Amino acid sequence: MLVIDNLKVAINGKNILKGISLTVKPGEIHAIMGPNGSGKSTLAAVLAGRELGEVTGGTVTYYGKNLLEMAAEDRAKEGIFLGFQYPIEIPGVSMVNFMKTAVNEHRKHKGLGPLSASDFLKLMREKKELVEIDSKLANRSVNEGFSGGEKKKNEIFQMAMLEPKLAILDETDSGLDIDALRIVANGVNKIKRDDNSFIVITHYQRLLDYIIPDVVHVLYDGRIVKTAGKELALELEEKGYDWIKKEVENNILV
Amino acid sequence: MSAVSEVTGRYIDLYKENIERLTDLSSPYINSFRQEAIEKFTELGVPTRKDEAYKYTNLNVFFDHEYKSLFMPVESDFAKAEEFRCDVADLDAQGIVLLNGFYPTLNGKLHRFPNGVWIGSLNEAAVKFPELVEKHYARYAQSEKDGLVHLNTAMASDGVFIYVPEGVHVAQPVQVVNLVQADGDIFNQHRNLIIAEKDSEFTLIICDHTLSPGKFLTNAVTEVFVGENSHFDLIRVQNEHNTACKISHTFIHQEKNSVASSNNMTLHGGLIRNSTYHHLGGERAESNSYGLFLGDKFQHIDNFVNVDHAFPNCTSNQLFKGVLDDVATGAFNGRILVRPDAQGTLAYQRNSNILLTDDAKMDTKPQLEIYADDVKCSHGATIGQLDNESLFYLQSRGINKREARLMLMFGFAHEVIQNIKIEALRERMDNLVMQRLRGELSRCASCMVKC
Repeated sequence: MLVIDNLKVAINGKNILKGISLTVKPGEIHAIMGPNGSGKSTLAAVLAGRELGEVTGGTVTYYGKNLLEMAAEDRAKEGIFLGFQYPIEIPGVSMVNFMKTAVNEHRKHKGLGPLSASDFLKLMREKKELVEIDSKLANRSVNEGFSGGEKKKNEIFQMAMLEPKLAILDETDSGLDIDALRIVANGVNKIKRDDNSFIVITHYQRLLDYIIPDVVHVLYDGRIVKTAGKELALELEEKGYDWIKKEVENNILV
Repeated sequence: MSAVSEVTGRYIDLYKENIERLTDLSSPYINSFRQEAIEKFTELGVPTRKDEAYKYTNLNVFFDHEYKSLFMPVESDFAKAEEFRCDVADLDAQGIVLLNGFYPTLNGKLHRFPNGVWIGSLNEAAVKFPELVEKHYARYAQSEKDGLVHLNTAMASDGVFIYVPEGVHVAQPVQVVNLVQADGDIFNQHRNLIIAEKDSEFTLIICDHTLSPGKFLTNAVTEVFVGENSHFDLIRVQNEHNTACKISHTFIHQEKNSVASSNNMTLHGGLIRNSTYHHLGGERAESNSYGLFLGDKFQHIDNFVNVDHAFPNCTSNQLFKGVLDDVATGAFNGRILVRPDAQGTLAYQRNSNILLTDDAKMDTKPQLEIYADDVKCSHGATIGQLDNESLFYLQSRGINKREARLMLMFGFAHEVIQNIKIEALRERMDNLVMQRLRGELSRCASCMVKC
C-alpha cells in the first residue's frame, strides 16, 4: 500500500531525511525507533502532508498514487491518519463539530451522504467506549484543557472515528502513564484489522509489549540503519542505541 | 475658542435650522439641555484624528457630507416598521422597532407591562415621569471630551425608554431594532434611557439595521442605570451596509454589588464606532465588556472602551476580538481608570485580532491609569494570522483548507459569543457569524422586511 523509495527531505537547507526506503503492506504493523533527532517525526509529518520542508529526492507511492503531490486533506480522505505527538488545542471548535465535519468529508469522498445527527452521535458513542474516553471530553473544544493522556486518547478516538487504512502514530506513548498506555494500545488493537496498517513511532519498547509489530526499523541520522523482527525492540531496550551508532560509524569508515 | 471647522459648521447649521421644530417635538426637560450641549459641541467639534480617542478613525468620510436634515417619519413608514419582525428562532423577546431614531407613533407610545415594567418613547416618558427622567437623563453621558455626545444631547428628541422597577426580574429580554430606511442620505440621532432599579434583572438586545441603500449616519447615545444588586445585560448586534456609519455611545452606570455586561457584535457595516463607558459607581460592582467584530472590503470598526473604577473592590473584564479581511481596518482602545480610593480593584483586558490579508490593518491600544496601590490589572493584545499548526491538524483529518480556516475563525469568534447567556440568541449569533465568515451574510437571514 505504501512504498517509500529513497526519500530525502531538507528543512531550511539542512538534510533531515537522507534516503529512506520502506514498504508497508496491508495488515502490517511497522515500528520505527531511534534516538532523538533522527528524523522520525519529520518522516511522519511528510507522509501526512505537513508542508515543513523540501523533498529533495525520492518518491512515496500510496496505492499507486504519488502521495507527495496530494494535499493533506486528500491524503486523510484516502485513508492516511497521523496521530500527533503534540495534539493541537483549538479553542471554540467543539469535538462534535470537528468530528462531524471530518467524518462527513470522508463520506463525501466515498460518495456517501452525510450522517444523520442521531447516527453520528451513535457512532461517537461507540467509538468513545472503544477508547475509554470520558464522555464529557467530546462536548469540549478540541483538546482544550485536556491533560496529556486525554489528548493522546483523543487521537486514538479520532482514529477510531475515521477508520484509516494507514495510521501513523507519532510517539503516541510519550508522556503516558502505564494505564493510559494500555488504553491507547488496546484502542489500536481493537481498530486493527487484516487490511489496515500501522506505522508506530516510539522511543521505548514498552508500547510494543501491547502493540506487537511485524517489523522494527531503527532510524538514525536520517536513514533506516537496521530492520528486523520484533525482537530488535527488546535488544534496543536492553542495549540502548549506542551500539547501533557505533555500527553505523564503522560502516561509514569501511 | 478655536475656529470652527467646516465639518463641525455643517452640524451647527443643522441645529440652527431645526432647533425650533425640535423644541416643538420634545419635552421641556430634554429641551433644557440643548443650548449648553450645542455650545460644548461648537467648542469640541466633530472629532478628528488629532483627538486621542479618535486617533485611528477618520470620521470625515461620513460627516463631511450633505444629509437630509432631521427626518420625522410619516405614519405609513411607521406602519411598515411595525411589520418588522425579527424571527430569531425561539427568541422570546419583547420587540420594539425604532425607525430612523423615532419611536413608532402607532398603538400608543408608552406601555406598562404586568410586572410593572414601562417600555416606550423617551420623549413621552419625559412628560409622564418627569422625576425619573430628571434623575437619570444626561447624568451618565458626561463625556467632556467627545463632541458627538454633546451633538446628540443638543439634537436628539426621541429613543427608547425602559424602566424596570425595584425587585423585578424580567425573564423576557427586550429587543430594540434600530431601522434606518430613507429615500435619500440621512443623518439621525436617537437617545435611549434604561433604568434598572435595585435588585432587578434585565436583558436588552439592540439590533442595528439599515434597510435601504443610501448613505446614512447615525449618532446614538444610550444611558443605562444599573441599581444596587441588579443584573443587566446588553447585547448589540450590528448589521448595516457599507455606506452606513454607526456611532454609538453607551454609558453604563453601576451601583454597588451590581453586575453589568455589554456585548458588541459587529457583523457588517461601513464605519462603526462603539464607545462603551462602564462606570463602577459602588463597591463590589462587576462589569464585563465584550466585543466581536468582523470586517472586510473597506470597512472600519473602532471599539473604544472606558472602564472607570471609582469605588473599591470592583471587578472588570474586557474581551474584544476581531477578524479583518481585504483592506478592512480596525481599532481598539481600552482604558482602565483606577481612582485613588478604588483599592482591591481587579481589572482585566484582552484584545486579539486576526488579519487575513497583508492589507488589513489593526491598531490596538491599552490605556491603564492606576492611582490606587492594591490593584490587580492585566492587559494583552495580539495581532496575528491563523495558526498553521492548527490548520494542518484539521486538514490532517480530511477537512479541506477553506473549511479548516472557517472553523478556526469561528472558534476564535466563539469565545466572545459564548458570553451571551440567552441560548437562542447565542445559537443565532453562532449561525450569523458562520454565515458572515463564509461571506454569505448581507443581513439577518430571516429578516421579514422585504425591500
